[in-house]
Amino acid sequence: MFPAEFDYERAESVSEALEALERYADADVEILAGGHSLVPAMKTEGREPDVVVDLDVPALDAVNALDDRTVLGALTTYATIADSGAVRSTVPLVAEAASEVGDLQIRNRGTIGGNLAAAHPGADLPAAVLASDATILLRNRDGKREVPATDFFRGDGETAVEPGELLAGVRVPHADGGGFAYAKKTHPATGYAMVGVAAVVETDGGGDGDADRDAGGEGTVSSARVAATGAVDRAVRLPSVEDALVGDPLDSAPIDAAASEARADIDPERLRADASASAEFRGELLEAYVARALETAADRAAGDTPTA
Amino acid sequence: MSTHDISLTVDGTTEELTVESRTLLVHALRDELGYTAPNVGCESGKCGACTVEMDGDAVKSCTVLAVQADDSDVTTAAGLAEGGLDPVQRAFHDEHGLQCGYCTPGMLATTHQLLDENPDPTRAEIRTALKGNVCRCTGYGNVVDAVETAAERLSDAESSAEPAGSEGERDQRAEPPRPEGED
Repeated sequence: MFPAEFDYERAESVSEALEALERYADADVEILAGGHSLVPAMKTEGREPDVVVDLDVPALDAVNALDDRTVLGALTTYATIADSGAVRSTVPLVAEAASEVGDLQIRNRGTIGGNLAAAHPGADLPAAVLASDATILLRNRDGKREVPATDFFRGDGETAVEPGELLAGVRVPHADGGGFAYAKKTHPATGYAMVGVAAVVETDGGGDGDADRDAGGEGTVSSARVAATGAVDRAVRLPSVEDALVGDPLDSAPIDAAASEARADIDPERLRADASASAEFRGELLEAYVARALETAADRAAGDTPTA
Repeated sequence: MSTHDISLTVDGTTEELTVESRTLLVHALRDELGYTAPNVGCESGKCGACTVEMDGDAVKSCTVLAVQADDSDVTTAAGLAEGGLDPVQRAFHDEHGLQCGYCTPGMLATTHQLLDENPDPTRAEIRTALKGNVCRCTGYGNVVDAVETAAERLSDAESSAEPAGSEGERDQRAEPPRPEGED
């Protein structure tokens, strides 16, 4: 299978890419990052752009870990994110989700920017950036625009990126203690998530988690962000689960109760269905994987060694 | 449609060629340049038969545009051999880590990256690393044995090649043992 014919242009800076987008404003243009969403779509899904603008911009292939946030350039590969000590120590949820993407070869080439811009409904990273309360960084001819992850995903393949805009990176705030996890039921054929759940749970209770636990006390959940991918046509937060967690200890019974809210925010009509999982089964998976993610987050909040 | 003049180093040889924008790396290698180790399997990026190393990373060459590979250094499974089978190839042979062999070039390329980064992988790590390489003959057990054997031999060769007292030199790979009678 070959892609249909197209014109190819390489952009070696953000401004070159933006100029190309402007020049081809009347054409059907695709931006190529790692190519692991776009090239398969051009081979097998009938995607036939007139022009492909290939991002070859070293400045966008960068991890910048600051005191309270980490900025990941759009061209940072899954492999870099999964293996980077800086990412694993500052935003481990994102590293864990990246390590779950596809396979080794895909992780070597695919990028976080391409992943977020492609907005596949079963992609792993959208759930991670939603649960991390991240911000998507866009560039356009007027400068910059920032979109909270919660406003970024609009549907299957649809995002807040506007014509002429470029996804330059993502800013991920650091969580303040607590636990995290990404739990995924992998689609057996595609490698995407049939259902994936990302969670960041912050606890307090008058001391750090270890000391609390050693003293027989338990921290209570001060804030929780839980997001799901694969269930509907885009990654979504699950506010009913989050609300159910806050104020309770991060233990089995409250976790089970919160997980039972997993479907409360999702219209059953919107649940995805395919040959591997009916809508009803996806709903069941969602509840089960919310519980799994929260259990792992609880273990980590309690000081158990993360396995990311 | 645009065409592009690109330059690639393939198995140590510099190659100049002109490709269409839509030419995939696997087709440039096989059809234009005659490097037939990477195979065309599923063509959807799942099977890994087309895997080559590109600047040291295992990549699926059916999911990379040839023009994206401009100026890169590509190693196919055939390029791994140096005057005989290399230790990974030899281990696949000895452990019968192949049946029809169609998937094997891709398996070898992926295994090379795995062992470069993790010289002593567990069986689970081997299986995880080879997730993107599908074998329709279902020969995975022997493949995992082969990767384990290759890791052991490379490790033995490395330790015997190192002078006493020097450890931890990451980039020093020992001369691979030459199999007798192999061409």
